[in-house]
This record gives sequence, C-alpha cells and structure tokens, in this order.
Amino acid sequence: MIDEVRTMPTAVQPQLMRWSVVLPGLAALAAALVLPQFANGYVTEVATTALLYVVLCLGLNIVVGYAGLLDLGYAAFFAVGAYTSGILTAEFGFNFWLTIPVAMAAACVAGIIIGAPTLRLRSDYLAIVTLGFGEIVRIIARNLDITGGASGLIGIERPEIFGFRLMQVQHFYYAFLVLALLTAFVCLSVERSRMGRAWFYVRYDEDAAAGIGINRVTAKLQAYMMGAVIASVAGCLYAAKMTAISPESFTFNQSLLILLGVVLGGIGRIPGVVLGAVLVALLPEVLRGAGTYRPLVTAVALLAIMLFRPNGLWPDKRV
Amino acid sequence: MTLDLLIQQLVNGLIVGSFYALIALGYSMVFGVIKLLNFAHGDIYMNGAFVGLIVFSFVGIWVGNGWLGVVCALLVSMLAVGLLGVIIERFAYRPMRNAPRLSILITALGASMVLNGTALALTGGRHYAFNTDLGFAGVDISTVHITYTQMVLVAASIALMAGMQAFVSRTMYGKAMRAVSIDMGASRLMGIDVDRVIALTFFMGSALAAGGGVMAGAYYGSVHFFMGFIMGLKAFTAAVIGGIGSVPGAMLGGLLLGLLEAFGSSLPFVGSEWRDVFVFGTLILFLVFKPTGLLGRSVVERV
Repeated sequence: MIDEVRTMPTAVQPQLMRWSVVLPGLAALAAALVLPQFANGYVTEVATTALLYVVLCLGLNIVVGYAGLLDLGYAAFFAVGAYTSGILTAEFGFNFWLTIPVAMAAACVAGIIIGAPTLRLRSDYLAIVTLGFGEIVRIIARNLDITGGASGLIGIERPEIFGFRLMQVQHFYYAFLVLALLTAFVCLSVERSRMGRAWFYVRYDEDAAAGIGINRVTAKLQAYMMGAVIASVAGCLYAAKMTAISPESFTFNQSLLILLGVVLGGIGRIPGVVLGAVLVALLPEVLRGAGTYRPLVTAVALLAIMLFRPNGLWPDKRV
Repeated sequence: MTLDLLIQQLVNGLIVGSFYALIALGYSMVFGVIKLLNFAHGDIYMNGAFVGLIVFSFVGIWVGNGWLGVVCALLVSMLAVGLLGVIIERFAYRPMRNAPRLSILITALGASMVLNGTALALTGGRHYAFNTDLGFAGVDISTVHITYTQMVLVAASIALMAGMQAFVSRTMYGKAMRAVSIDMGASRLMGIDVDRVIALTFFMGSALAAGGGVMAGAYYGSVHFFMGFIMGLKAFTAAVIGGIGSVPGAMLGGLLLGLLEAFGSSLPFVGSEWRDVFVFGTLILFLVFKPTGLLGRSVVERV
C-alpha cells in the first residue's frame, strides 16, 4: 500500500464544516437532549427506536455508503451482539459492560467468516451471501438451547453504571443517544482517515484503486467488519433495553428497514443517513393501520427512491 | 443408512433438485446476459405458483383436478409470468442499466420486495392449498413407493431444461444471447437488437421459474407468499455450485444440491432443522474453494 493518498476528487472529499449541515445538526442535537423532559412515554419510546436505527443505519452506511457493498443480512450482526450479550448476562451472570467487547469480537469473527471468502468475488455475491447469512443466524438462534429456541431469551440483566441502574425508557433513550453520537463521531473520523479514503476509491473504481496500491479485499473487509462491530454494540444495548429477545426481532425485514434508512436519506452522507433512520423508525407508527400492506409500502418506497431520486431525499448538493 | 432410505432420499433429492435446477437456470441465464443477479427470481417462482393455482382453480371447473388441469396451469403460468419478467426488466432494470453497480443491486432488491409485498397484501399471508388429484399409482422398488407423478415431474423438468439448452445452443436467438453475454457493445454493432435479446432472456428465465413454481405447488399441495425467499437462495447456491452463467452447470448444480440436501439432512448429526444451514455451509465452501463452480468459467468483476 502506498504511503498516502494525496489528492481526492472533490466529489468524494468529505466536507464537514458547512453551516447548512452544522446548524440543523446542532438544533437537532439540542432538541434530542431535552426531548424526554417534554415528551410522554410513547414519544420517548419511538424516539429511542429512532436512535437505535440511527446507530444501525450509520453502521450499515459504512458498508453500503462508504465501501459500496450491498449487505442484505445486516440484522444478523445486530443479532450476534444481542445474543452474545444476552446469553452472557442471563446465563453466566456477566457484567453488561464486559459483554460489549466479547460481542464485538464475536461480530468480527462472524464478519471474517462471511466476508473473507465472498469479498474476493463479485459484489453481487456478497449481497446474496449476506442474505443467506441473515437467515442462517436466525435459524441457529431458533434451534439452539442456549439461545432459548423459538421463544427466545429472557431475563437479560439491566446494565448498571456508577451504581445507577438503567431502568426506564428515558434512561435507555439517553444511552442510545450517547451511542448514536459515538457512532457518528466514529463515522466522521473514519471518513477522513486513510482507510476511509481507500473505501471511497474502491467504491468509485475498484480497478483504479487496486492500481494505486490499495488492497481492495482488505479495504472491503475492514468496512464490512467495522459495520458488523457497530451493529453488535447496538445489539448489546438493545438486548439490555428489551430484557427479552427472540429470533423474530432479527428477520430479513429488519435488515431491509436498516438498508431503506441508508438509501432513503442519501447514501454515504451522515446527515442523510440520520434523516433516513428517523423516517424508518417512524414508518411503523405511520403505517399502523396498514397491516399486511406494510411491506409493500416499504418496497415501493425503496424502488421509487432508486428509480427517481437515487441520491436520496437529502442529497449532497456538491456532487 | 439402509438401502430403502438411500433410495427414498435419492428420489426426494432428485425432485427437489429438479426444482432448484429450473430456478437456477433462470438465474444463470439472466446473469450471463446482463451480469446481474436477479434478486426477484425467487419471487417470480412464487408468483408462478400463485398464477398456476388461480388458473388451476378456474380450469378445474371444466376439466377436474387431474393432469389436464395441471398442464393448463403450467402453460398459462409460464406464459403470464414470463411476460411479468419482461415487464420487470423493462421498468426496473432497463432504466438502471448504466447506473452504478450498487444502485442496480438495490433496484433489483426493490423489485423483489414489490413482488413479495404485493403477494402478501393480496393473500394476507395465508397458505393456499393446491389440491390436485393425480393419484398415487406408481412402482415399488424394495419398500419405496415411487409415484408416476414424481417420475413425470422430474422428466418434465429435464425436458424443459433440455429444450432450453437446445434453444440456447441451436437457434439464432440463442446465438444472439450468447453473443450479448460475451460482449454487449460489440453485439449491438453487429446488428443484434440487444434490448430484445435481454427481454427474451428474462421471458425464458421467468417462464422456467414459473414452471418450477407450478410443479412445486402442485407437488407439495401448498402455496405461500414467502415460498420464493429460501428457494431463491438455494437456486443461487445451485447456480454457484454448477458455475454461474452456464446452462448445463445450473442443471447439474440443482440436482447435486437436491441430493446433497436430501442425504445431508438424513445424517444423524445434521437433522432436518439444520437443512438450510447445511446448504448455506455448502455455498460458503464452494465460494472459498471453487468460486467458478463445477462447470463455470472464471468470474470477473464488470469494469
């Protein structure tokens, strides 16, 4: 690998300090901080779900948006995190905070098993293999004893921090807010790092990227694993919030919703992805009466975005 | 494993395998021509089964639930769903043909979800019975009873696939298809109507999947909106095993996967609840050690 990637095409250079992004961002953050003081339990609950989707969508955005790989089984890593943390606290009495590094390691291993063979091949292969992986993780969770089978895992410990136990929706709201901010920070730094620039090159032109000495398989695998790790941390916190998880929380539809969040707002851009994640979290509330029509609405939204607004609802004006 | 069990699993494997092969063939053909994994293929199979069931129920009023009804259902469904494939290509894939790879893949996914979501909305997620009256007559080998239905089913899939192979290797359109799969631009310069060839490929691939859907629905006696999901995955696995882009490869891969699955799930330590995991493990192993499949050529990323 060469020492440094010096110049970037302006289109892919991440520009951070733009007032049109910073001001709404700050306003949104301030609103997010005070929200539970004014909102009732229902609104706080939905907002917590929205923050969960922000974390997941930002994580998937590293894979899809930065590296340009289609991952259709992202919920599997979310499940790996949730189950690892859940099993360790419920069955073996681990401290919640200690389960996070274990869950991250488990996600890394799973990421290598799936990513290493497939990332050498055409990008289509990854899409369909991850689709299969998502199903397999669910089947495994359904059939093992330790995961609680089809009825799931119950009695997951609530986490404690400095003697304070996270119990209510508001507590988890703030926990997810912290996680979302941390994830956004990681995304911002990684975007500007050497690794991030390598991803942008691989996405724009794989062969040219290989030509200037970027190892494309390594670059893709890094993106894939980083996405996996973020989902697994979100899974840990999710398990702690729910105290009970079942295989049906991690279906293909879950993966699709996360992907829709990434695509809806604007692939590859943090503000767009955050917007998309919030919209996706609101979707089930809006479509409450739609019943079996719900997946069709999601599908039409995805297809319409791709055909008519491929850069998302809040695209980057500079491109 | 006793001899009876061996024969029984061989029969099961061949039947499931011929369904896989029919669907894998469509995957492979579309992939060969436009280098796109058609995610909607599994849903097309599902739609084929539903159209078949509808036709079967209507026709059944006059001709009963026997062979004639199934054949009518098969033919009408293949025609209708073949056209559906052409429509999907026209409105979802053609506008994206020069778009970035990721956009094409997401669009394909969207098309698949629209088909699936429509089926869910229309059926409410219910299982529909596909009650045929084909009889259980057949031959006995040792203690294993093999019905004529099972034999006809395997023979029909093989006939369909052989027809497809003959079409691709003998006719003018088949030649055009092969030309487009090698070099689309040059084919256009040689006067081949590329759009038409692609549409034809979608028609034939979708018709085969629909044929598989009707046969599977009639054989198992039940049709469900989600039946295409796992089927699509397995057909993809079959296509990879045989070598994606290769017509004989898809047939070989399908039959092989069917047999692997049948024998694999009867092993004492695997069990039928782990069947899908077993298939997926096979896919991963193939991707690691033989990504080009048994009969395929090397796989190169489109530049």
